[in-house]
Amino acid sequence: MSAWELVVIIAGMVAITLITRGFFFLPRAQLPMPAWLTEGLRYAPLAAMVAVVAPEIVMTQGHLIATWKDARLYGAAVATGWYFWRRDMFGTIVAGTAAMLSLRLTLGW
Amino acid sequence: MSESAAAAPALWRHPEFRRGAREMAGVALGISAWGVVAGVAMANSSLGTAWAIVMSLVVFSGTGQIASLPLLGTGAPLWVVWATVLCVNLRFVIFSLQWRPYWVHLPLRWRLTVAYFSADLNYFTFVRRFPRAEPAPEQWPYFWGGMVVNWGSWQLSSLIGIALARQLPMHWGLSFAGTTALLALTYTMVSDRNTWLAAAVAACAAVAAFAMPLRLNILVAIAAAVAVGVVLDHTMPKSTRKAVKGTA
Repeated sequence: MSAWELVVIIAGMVAITLITRGFFFLPRAQLPMPAWLTEGLRYAPLAAMVAVVAPEIVMTQGHLIATWKDARLYGAAVATGWYFWRRDMFGTIVAGTAAMLSLRLTLGW
Repeated sequence: MSESAAAAPALWRHPEFRRGAREMAGVALGISAWGVVAGVAMANSSLGTAWAIVMSLVVFSGTGQIASLPLLGTGAPLWVVWATVLCVNLRFVIFSLQWRPYWVHLPLRWRLTVAYFSADLNYFTFVRRFPRAEPAPEQWPYFWGGMVVNWGSWQLSSLIGIALARQLPMHWGLSFAGTTALLALTYTMVSDRNTWLAAAVAACAAVAAFAMPLRLNILVAIAAAVAVGVVLDHTMPKSTRKAVKGTA
């Protein structure tokens, strides 16, 4: 692929990212939007996060895992326990990742 | 608003700038594990190291970068690459609707700045900090604080991934740190029964629709959770729930 092609592709990617991220606030004009929808959108960030997290924990290669011997399940459980015990982001990341790693490196789960 | 932005030192010193940076730092640490993974993927693609660095620095969109890599390798037509990036970015269109009341009064150049830098984490932390959809003077420094930390840690981690692609033990699954970070951030957002139910619906929808191409399962999950949330808010709003309990 030539340098110019890559420049065009990357510039297009930047433009697409800008337009999608600013789709509803780059134009000043008010778009007619039902009130129930704007209220319901308070669930959108939560849903987007869960939609990324859940498959990362319970799926492998696009399939639901069929075993309990998966280090990620225990990593997620430890992270959950730590979060509700200490309410601390940093500790949750370290505890969850450490639990996952120790099972994976010792038992090969 | 533009005056405060012009006086950049004041922005740096604003307590909300530090708060935005601090609240982003915890979760950005975990997400930098995904930045490393993205960097490794870019270094191992047909792009070559130099272009991988350019793309990482210019296109501030991890999912867009990762989705476009295999296509660039096979020499897919330009429009296919762009359509793919568009699809994986569609969730941002939904987010932008919620961003609107906070930013629509800003001049165009600042709206473009916000659009360029408002990745998922900026959105998640910002709407958690400012749940009321109305402009406030603390929002601008808070956004900048989070943005500087998120942009910096993402770029640093993906550059580390590009540089150390061959040395890192990727089979350990260290990207799990990113999963735990988002898990913790999720827990900060579930507060009552309706949010728990909406989250459960989103999780099931995302897993069930996982086979959809281009991460469109995320859109399905958002649509399902918003629909369930709207129905719950209207049938069982907080105020009447207490009243129901009282009469029962």
